[in-house]
Formats: sequence, C-alpha cells, structure tokens
Amino acid sequence: MSNVLVYAEHAHGHLPKATAVAVTAGKKFAALSGGQAILAVLGSGIGEVAAQAAKLGADKVVTLDNAAVEHALADVTALTLKAIAEAVGANTVVFAATSKGRDIAPRLAAAMDAAIASDVTEINADGTLVRPMNAGNVFATVELVGDKKVISVRTTAFDAATGSGCPVEALSVAPVAPAKPARFVSIEETKSDRPVLTEASRVVSGGRGLKNGENFTTVLAPLCDALGAAMGASRAAVDAGYVPNDLQVGQTGKVVAPTLYVAVGISGAIQHLAGMKDSKVIVAINKDAEAPIFQVADYGLVADLFAAVPEMTDKVKALAK
Amino acid sequence: MKILVTAKRVPDYESTIKVNPEGTGIVEAGLKWIVNPFDEIAVEEALRIKEAQGGVEVVVASVGPAEAQEQLRTTLAMGADRAILVKADRPDTTVVARILVKIIEKEQPDFVIMGKQATDDDSNEVGQMLAQMLGWPQATFISKLTLSADKTSATAMREVDGGMETIEIPLPAIITNDLRLNEPRYASLPGIMKARKKPLEEIDAATLGADLSPRIVIRKVTPPPARTAGRKVESVDELIKVLQTEAKVL
Repeated sequence: MSNVLVYAEHAHGHLPKATAVAVTAGKKFAALSGGQAILAVLGSGIGEVAAQAAKLGADKVVTLDNAAVEHALADVTALTLKAIAEAVGANTVVFAATSKGRDIAPRLAAAMDAAIASDVTEINADGTLVRPMNAGNVFATVELVGDKKVISVRTTAFDAATGSGCPVEALSVAPVAPAKPARFVSIEETKSDRPVLTEASRVVSGGRGLKNGENFTTVLAPLCDALGAAMGASRAAVDAGYVPNDLQVGQTGKVVAPTLYVAVGISGAIQHLAGMKDSKVIVAINKDAEAPIFQVADYGLVADLFAAVPEMTDKVKALAK
Repeated sequence: MKILVTAKRVPDYESTIKVNPEGTGIVEAGLKWIVNPFDEIAVEEALRIKEAQGGVEVVVASVGPAEAQEQLRTTLAMGADRAILVKADRPDTTVVARILVKIIEKEQPDFVIMGKQATDDDSNEVGQMLAQMLGWPQATFISKLTLSADKTSATAMREVDGGMETIEIPLPAIITNDLRLNEPRYASLPGIMKARKKPLEEIDAATLGADLSPRIVIRKVTPPPARTAGRKVESVDELIKVLQTEAKVL
C-alpha cells in the first residue's frame, strides 16, 4: 500500500481547475495502490489556498508554508517534493501537465529515481497509462518500470474533483535547497478579463487570417465577449506577434476541450488540431474551402471573416437580449 | 566558452504519421526525417552567441540511430563546430538523460541548450531530468537568453501559463527553449560543403557506462479516435441557428 502525492499548483491565492484535475488522477492511482491521495500545497502565505484545497476530494491536504518555495522554482520544489513524498509514504507523485507541472515533474522523477510519463490521458485498471505522441497522431499505451512513478496528466482528459472537506496538516519537512539554485526575478502576467483559456467552456481562436494584432482586438475580441469566451490563437498568429504566447493552442501550446470552439482564420495544421480536437462542438470560419480545419469542424462557414465575425457578434448579442 | 546543444532525429512535422498494422509503432517507410524543430532553434541560439562573442565552440550531440548523422551534418552545415552521435536503440527519455550525463562529464560545457520537447514523443522531460542528474539549475521553455558579462550566470525569460517569467541561473545550467527564441537559419551551400569535413564522432551507447535499462515501455500504439467532418453552413444566420437548435451550445 502506497500513498499518492498530488502537487497543488496555485497562483494569487487561487487553485486552478488543473489542480482539481490532478486530484482526480491522483485518486485513481490511490485506488489502484490502496493508499491515500494526499494533496501538497507549497508556497508562502498559503492558508487560504490550503482551505480551498481541502474541498477538492483528496484524503488529506499537507502544507509547507515557507518563502523558499514561494515561486515554485523547479529545483527547490523537486527536491522538497521528494522529501515530502518520503515523509507521507508516497511512491507516486501526480502533477497537472501545465507549464509548472512540466517544469517540475521530470526533475522530481530524476531526484526520486522514478519512472515518468507526461501528458497522460488515461489511467487503466492494470496500471498502464495512455499518452499522446506525434502531435496527437498516435496514442501510446505505456508501462512504467519500477515502484516509483511521476505522472503529469492532461488537464482536459479528466474531470475536476470536488469534495466536502478533508484534514489539513502542516508538514514538518523543511524546504531542500539545491547547491546552485535558480533565482526568481519577475513575472509579467498577461492581463485579461476574459475566462482562462484552459478552463473556459467557450473558446474563440484566431489565426493568420486575422492579418494583424489589432484585428484580434477589434474583430475577434468582440465575438469572444459576446459569447463569454476565452481568446486563443494558432501558432502562426503567436509567431507573427499578433498576440501573447500564452494564448497558443496546439501541440506545443495549450490543450483545450471547451463545449464550443470557434476557429477563425485558422487553416488547421495538425499541430493546432492537437490542441483542440477534443472540443465538443467545433466551428470553423475560413475563406478557403479546402482548409484542413473543415475536416474536424462540426460546422464550417466558408466566408470572409472580416464580414462574418462582426455579423456573428451582432447576432449573438441580439440573442442575449 | 563551450556550448553543448542536443539535436534529435524526428519525422518531418509535415509528414503524415500513421500507426503500423501491428500497433507497435508508426509506419517509418517513406518518412522524411529532420532535426527536431525545437533543437534547430537551440543550435541557432548557440551559433548567435558564438558569432556575437567569439572564442565559442558549439558542439552538437544526438542520441539515436546511426542515421541521425544526417541530422548532425545539418547542424554542422548551419555552423556548429563538431558533432557527437551516441548510437542507441530507441532509448527512452531517462536513458537519453543518463547518456547525456556521460557526454557532459566528458565535454564540460559552460551550458547546455536543447529544445523543450521533441516533436515525435512530445515528452518534454530530458532537459529537466538531466539538470537534476547533474545537480545543475534549469531554465525551461525560454524565449530569451542573456549571458552575464563574466559568463558565470544567465538571465532567461520563460514562456509560462499566464505570461512570461524571468529567472536568473548560475552556469553551468541546462536551458530548454520554446519556439520563439529565434528563427533558425538555413544551411548555406558553402556551409554544407564545410560540414562534410567537420568532425563527427560516433560512440556506441554501451561503451559509456550509463544505465541503459528503460523506465517506460510502450505496450502498444493506436491511432486517435477519428473526428468526422461535419457540414458546411451557408450563412451566419444558419450557423447561429444550428448552434442553437442542433448543437444546443448557444
């Protein structure tokens, strides 16, 4: 019987949906091993976050409130999580496959001398795991060798866990500092009043067809707001500098699976499809009838986006009235 | 100063990737192979530092099949000084990291830069594992790198969920890059000619003393669930109507 440690990602006193998804995966592993799913909250001034974490359905929340782990830098966090895993008797550590999770998890795996699988989409009863490869063209069923495992899970592949409350315990483990640590300098956060891209039930994404950054603001943003949708973008649009990098949907950006995904002026390269093809309903608006995006879209509109998008915006607004 | 870059041989991202009938892997016949696009950016970054600073040696290492020498020649044609091919049969990420530890111990680079992930297995693991195995700091998913004047540290801007994070790392360190670090150059014809004469050392992984036992075993591979194309609508009005009445998402 071994416990499962789940890493609670958080920012600004808030737990993202990704953490609740990681708890769901952690509980699956705990059910397989017959142990407990223990959610670890690390950071500085984390009382409020720990209280929220207690309502995610884990068996227990453990906390480490210390300035040394405030910025979740990979080196100190990995070494400290290794010590926490040992302290709580966990052989398996689960992360959400976010930028933070993917920064820390492999480093922890090396520290623990554990096997690792990243971006896992299924956990099977026999302990094997499924993960996508080759931009989602291939799904591999993999077996991890040995007792120790580190796993990051795709945030769209599992439901968010909820619970009515569980014990919260302060750990007596001290942060473990690396010999030559990285130092946090600053973070420049993308400010937006729209829903978070990876959590939104509706997403409107723009591609190269938008032609410039200004059109994202004047043409695409009004449709996002009329729909209450998050804004996304193709790699081409991000590379061209139209929008910030954290809006990128695709193989190397974010993976989303909203109820409604509207692709505007996006041709639909396989790398983009890898990040959105699990959406429930996909709409494509593109003037090129041969664009590959139409092969995955439930509804395709062949039209000039500069006419169709404002028209759609007005008509969606009219519906709301 | 010495910069070590790693470069993986991967199928061209424009190739059609299909699962083989046995479900053991992808159909490799007829595929075009390239340098992992993320690693190409890493090579470019090293070359730019070499050109800006002088006195820099750029060494590129690849772990993979004998054919990966084609990809190493490409990096030499871009301008790298020499290359090391460690021949290993489909090593997993842990094994690649263990092999690279041995290469790094021998080469003693000032830092290592590599792509954040390879576009075949999409693992995004080797750099972070390698950093821990060496006890070095890491800066992952970077889109800007600035070396300090005395070259004992670097400032890196990282692409993270929600924005850009800046961290400072002492060197030596492992750096992994995202797509927007730079735009890699094409190899020039003189570059290609010169590359033929540049040193390319081949090493058998078994001779390095690294543990080559795998940590992750692929049991089978399957194609993704197919998503069937829907239908075209003729107007915005029709689109809104079907989203309301048929898809029921408005």
